[in-house]
Amino acid sequence: MTVTAGAAPARNAGRGKATRTTLGRALNEGLRQAMRDDDRVVLLGEDIASLGGVFRVTDGLAAEFGDRVVDTPLAESGIIGTAIGLALRGYRPVCEIQFDGFVYPAFDQIVSQLAKMRARSRGLLSLPVTIRIPVGGGIGAVEHHSESNEAYFCHTAGLRVVACSHPQDAHDMLRAAIACDDPVIFYEPKRRYWDKAEVDLGRPVDSDTLERAHVLREGTDVTVVAYGPTVALALNAAEVAASEGRSLEVLDLRSLSPLDTTELCRSAAKTGRVVVVHEAPVNVGLGAEIAATVMRHCFYDLRAPVERVGGYNIPYPPARAEDDYLPDLDRVLDAVDRVSAP
Amino acid sequence: MSSGTDDVLQLVDLSGNLNEQRAAGLLDVTGQLVRGLYRDMVLGRRFDQEAYSLQRQGELGLWLMSLGQEAAQVGSIRALRADDRVFPSYREHVAALCRGVSPTELLSQWRGTSHGAWDPERYHFHIYSLVLATQTLHAVGYAMGVRYDRSDSVVFACFGDGASSQGDANEALNWAAVTSAPIVFFCQNNGWAISTPASKQYARPLRARAQGFGLDAVSVDGNDVLAVYAATRSMAERIRAGGAPGFIEAHTYRMSGHSTSDDPKRYRDNDELARWQANDPVERVRLLLKARDWADEDYFATVAADAEELAERTRQECRALPEPSLSDTFRTTLHEETVALRREREGYETFKESFL
Repeated sequence: MTVTAGAAPARNAGRGKATRTTLGRALNEGLRQAMRDDDRVVLLGEDIASLGGVFRVTDGLAAEFGDRVVDTPLAESGIIGTAIGLALRGYRPVCEIQFDGFVYPAFDQIVSQLAKMRARSRGLLSLPVTIRIPVGGGIGAVEHHSESNEAYFCHTAGLRVVACSHPQDAHDMLRAAIACDDPVIFYEPKRRYWDKAEVDLGRPVDSDTLERAHVLREGTDVTVVAYGPTVALALNAAEVAASEGRSLEVLDLRSLSPLDTTELCRSAAKTGRVVVVHEAPVNVGLGAEIAATVMRHCFYDLRAPVERVGGYNIPYPPARAEDDYLPDLDRVLDAVDRVSAP
Repeated sequence: MSSGTDDVLQLVDLSGNLNEQRAAGLLDVTGQLVRGLYRDMVLGRRFDQEAYSLQRQGELGLWLMSLGQEAAQVGSIRALRADDRVFPSYREHVAALCRGVSPTELLSQWRGTSHGAWDPERYHFHIYSLVLATQTLHAVGYAMGVRYDRSDSVVFACFGDGASSQGDANEALNWAAVTSAPIVFFCQNNGWAISTPASKQYARPLRARAQGFGLDAVSVDGNDVLAVYAATRSMAERIRAGGAPGFIEAHTYRMSGHSTSDDPKRYRDNDELARWQANDPVERVRLLLKARDWADEDYFATVAADAEELAERTRQECRALPEPSLSDTFRTTLHEETVALRREREGYETFKESFL
C-alpha cells in the first residue's frame, strides 16, 4: 500500500511536535490534513457540516472546505451508495455513519456493492471509500446507539476493517484509511472520543499501518488481545495485574480484517495464554476467529484454552444495565485467572 | 398499454405513422436517423435471441431476455452523448451493444466466467447491478462528482418498475432532487417484476412519484423509439444547461419471461401478450421506414444479414470464452493484496498444483 499521509513536507512544516489532544480532535485534524493534501477527499454524512457531526469530529471542516463537506439527506444506504458513485468518478469519499446501529440500512451497499465491485470488475474498479463508524457502548445511550457490529464486516471479503483505540492511532490510521485504495470500515470508540494524549500530528504514517497489530505493553504471563474501546480496559487490567505480581502483555489489534496473524501468534507463543476482550457478543464474534487462529498456529505453545470476554448473547441492554453487560476489569481479570490456572 | 394521449409522448403510432406536429420542435426526423435506430434494434433483438438459444443449449447458466424493450434501450442510449455515463440494471443488453460492449463481454457474466467483463471507463457504461436499484445511488454519487468537476456530461440511471419499490430507488430520486444532480432516471416499465405485475408495485404513476420528489418527469411510449429518443435528448440537454434532474418512464413490455428460469405462462395470459405483440417496437419502425420510403429491400436484407453475422459471432465467441481463474479473484479482492490474502492464495495454488 502506498500511503502518503503526513508525508508532504510543506504541509507538515512546523509539525512533528507532540500536542496534547483528544481522540476526537485527532480525528478532526486527520480529516483536515487529508482534505488539504488531496482535493478529491470529500466528506458525506448526516449533520456533519454546520453542526460538525453529533460528536463534532468534522467540526470546522465545512467552513474551510465548503461543498466538500456534504450534509446528506437522512439516508444511510444513500450515503454509501453515492460514495460508491463518487469513488467511481475519481473522488475519495469519507462517510460518517452517525451511530453504529444506523449502519444496517446501508448494509447491502457495503457488503454487496462496495466490498465486491473491485473483484466483480476483475480489478478494473477501485473504491477508495472510508466509512467512519462511532462504535460501542458505555456512554449511557438509548437503543441502537451502542452496537458492536464489526463481525458482519470482517466476514465480508473486499473490506478492510480497522479500529483505533487512542488519539495517535486515531489520527494516523484515519489518514492511512483515506489514502488506501480499498474500502475501509473505520471504527471510532465513542466512549474514548474525549480521552486525551500526546499526539504527533505530523508523524509519517507507516505504509502498512492498516495491517499491523501493536503491542502496547510488554508482558510474559498472559496476552490480552483487545481493540477499539477495550484497549484502555486491557491496559488497566495489566496495571492492576502487575500489582498482583502478574505480567500481562496487551496487544492492540488495530486491524480487525485482515488480522495481523504474525504479531498475534508471536505474542501468543511467547506467553502461552491468551484472553480476547471485545464488546461484541462472544457468539461468532471476532474473538472466535482469534481463538481459532491462535489454536491453529500456536497449539503446542498454548498452556491453556483461549478465553473470550465480551458481550453476552443478548441484545444490547438498556443503558442502566450496560455496566453489567460490558467487559470490565473484574471480568478481564477473572479470565486471566482462568487461563493462568496451572 | 401506451397510447398517444397527452400524458404519454408518442411520435409514431402502431401503424408507423409519424405525428409530424408533435415531432416538430422535438427532433428532426430523418431517414438516416431512423435507419440507424432500426438497425440497432434488429441487431439487439437478434443478439438476445441467440443468447436465449445458447442458454437452452447449456452454454449460459442464465439469460435475462430483453425482447420487446429494444425501442426503450436504443432510443435512450442513442440520444445521449458518448461521455454521458450510463448505470444499467441487468437487462440493458441492447443498450450495452449500442455503447460498443462486445457480445462476449455481455455474455461472460451469464456464462459464469466473470461478474462483469467490460471496462466501464471505455464505454462509459457501468457493469450490471443485480441487486435492484443499487445502481441508482451509484449514479447519483457519480453525478455529484460530475458536478464537482464542472463537467456538462449527464448521468443516466436505468431501472425498472419492480426496482421502483426498493428503498434505494426512492433515496436516489430524493437525493438527486435535493442536490440538483445532473442525472436522468430512466425507468423501463415493462409491466412485470418476474411474476408480480406493476399494479402491485405502486398505487400512483411513477411519474407522479418522481414529480413529488421534485424531479422533472415525463412518460413516453417505450415502444416508440423516436419518442424515447426525443424525450431523452431534450431532457439531457436541459440538464446539461443546468436544469433540475429528470425522470423518464418508458412504458414498454417484456415479451419473454423475466429470465430463462421462469415460465410467463404461469402468471400472465395470452391476450395480454398478443396485444403487445401487435405493438412490436421493431415492426413499428419498419413500417415507418417503408411508408416514408426511407429504406428499400436491400437495406432490410443487409440489416438482416448483419444480424445473422452478429449471431454467428456471438455463438463462436461465447464458446471460446476463457475459463476464469480463482487466483485472479484473490488478486482482485483488494487493491493491494494483504499478507493474509496472499498467504491464502498461495495455499490454494500450492494445493491445486499438488494434483498436477
